[in-house]
Amino acid sequence: MIATVTPAANALPAPRRATREGQGVRWLLTTIAVLFLLGFLVLPLIAVFVEALRAGWDTYVAAILEPDALAAIRLTLLVAAIAVPVNLVFGLCASWAIAKFDFPGKSVLITLIDLPFSVSPVISGLVWVLLFGTSGLLGPFLAPLGIKIVFAVPGIVLATIFVTFPFIARELIPLMAEQGREAEEAAVSLGASGWQTFRLVTLPNVKWGLLYGVLLCNARAMGEFGAVSVVSGHIRGLTNTMPLHIEILYNEYQSAAAFAVASLLALLGLVTLVIKTVLEWRYGAELAATRRH
Amino acid sequence: MGVTVTYLSLIVLIPLAAMFVRSLGDGPAHFLSVATDPRTLAALRLSFGGALIAALINLVMGMLVAWVLVRYPFPGKRLLDAAVDLPFALPTAVAGITLTALFAGDGWIGQFLEPLGLQVAFTPVGVVVAMVFIGLPFVVRTVEPVLADFEKEVEEAAATLGASRLQTVVRVILPSILPAALTGFALAFARAVGEYGSVIFIAGNMPYQSEIAPLLIVIRLEEFDYSGAAAVGVLMLLGAFLLLLLINLLQAWSRSYERR
Repeated sequence: MIATVTPAANALPAPRRATREGQGVRWLLTTIAVLFLLGFLVLPLIAVFVEALRAGWDTYVAAILEPDALAAIRLTLLVAAIAVPVNLVFGLCASWAIAKFDFPGKSVLITLIDLPFSVSPVISGLVWVLLFGTSGLLGPFLAPLGIKIVFAVPGIVLATIFVTFPFIARELIPLMAEQGREAEEAAVSLGASGWQTFRLVTLPNVKWGLLYGVLLCNARAMGEFGAVSVVSGHIRGLTNTMPLHIEILYNEYQSAAAFAVASLLALLGLVTLVIKTVLEWRYGAELAATRRH
Repeated sequence: MGVTVTYLSLIVLIPLAAMFVRSLGDGPAHFLSVATDPRTLAALRLSFGGALIAALINLVMGMLVAWVLVRYPFPGKRLLDAAVDLPFALPTAVAGITLTALFAGDGWIGQFLEPLGLQVAFTPVGVVVAMVFIGLPFVVRTVEPVLADFEKEVEEAAATLGASRLQTVVRVILPSILPAALTGFALAFARAVGEYGSVIFIAGNMPYQSEIAPLLIVIRLEEFDYSGAAAVGVLMLLGAFLLLLLINLLQAWSRSYERR
């Protein structure tokens, strides 16, 4: 009896050891990962706020209430207020068309929607200068009409739209595809019009994914630097967004002021991250589909 | 449908086409002279070389981080997991000045590296550091779901058949997360090649040394050399396109390996 049990008891720990790592390896890997994340992610975040408050609270408030800084904040809000709704409408149209209908060239269309993600932000700005600049392809026709696009607010808006273009569509396409089209077909067969189906069936089904997309789109729209920097012309108080204002202050060695404005944007990023995380924890299953593509 | 295609063409396709047209605006000779200019080549080499190194670092560290986040319990894990997305949420200009402050000679990290003779800020090393930062979430986020879905039974089967833990990890788990990891690698690479905001502050921007290709575009634009700027842009797009094609082939190959 004992003789038969002992070999089995000896054999048991072997497979268990073989499906997990030893304590030392676990500890080592966890330490490396945690240190890497702390050093590369958490430390910079703390540094923004420390640098911003280094010269004291009064300097901080003064840097933010300075007229040029306020103008930059206003412009950033304005640009986001235009770009996000425009891309919201497009994102809904595109994902609806792609997820619920079949047509030739669908995969090409998806690739094209993703294009702004893989294009350098500087190129995203450059294309607008080449189109609408004074020696651009369309610029000479617009100049006599008094329409100024590049080095003015419309150019900033266009560049921002270009850069943030894929965010909402990308969140919605996998989500809508996952949910299939049965619910819509049922609605249509019960006599609902196309718009009714969309408003009462499709939209409620994707609302969390939509919120998520809007959030990411907004964060990027407010924080975009490369594309906006190329088209803006850097006119203080007129065409300076918050990221550009940070650059100017930084290059003028007004480090504390630069970090003060930067801390506002970092806060925006943090809030985005928090809402996103809360959404993920609460509606994880629903949103998980969007991660798996 | 119609709306989608129209909007896409207006916002994305026509502007990009305009860039290709403009790059030849001053004749093919000008395009060639820009393309063979040593300064252009140095900038492209830094952008692509730096991005490749950064993406490789992200590939290894990303897989490690994903593994730890999925498999090992430790305090603060959910918070760290959420923090992985920080480079997506933090505006690039903010990341740029912050990394510079951290890695400068008197910065929190730089003061320890400087005595070792390692200068990060205002050198090509700094460029790579910024590129690692912005590309960090890609590999982690593509590998995490695959690893979470990975069935324990497969590992147990491998163990039952007498594989050591290292063998199981290298020959069973690694091949199945490799396609996802390569996707993340490609995304991190593409992002790093074009990155501007977070890099220019830490780079130092010395021509021929620490000047990235996107910055060269901006400089050419400021000199009103529109076709020169467009030419650099076209070269960047073509280079990125070729590399992504290569990575896609690599992915197809690793998928077929997985099926075998």
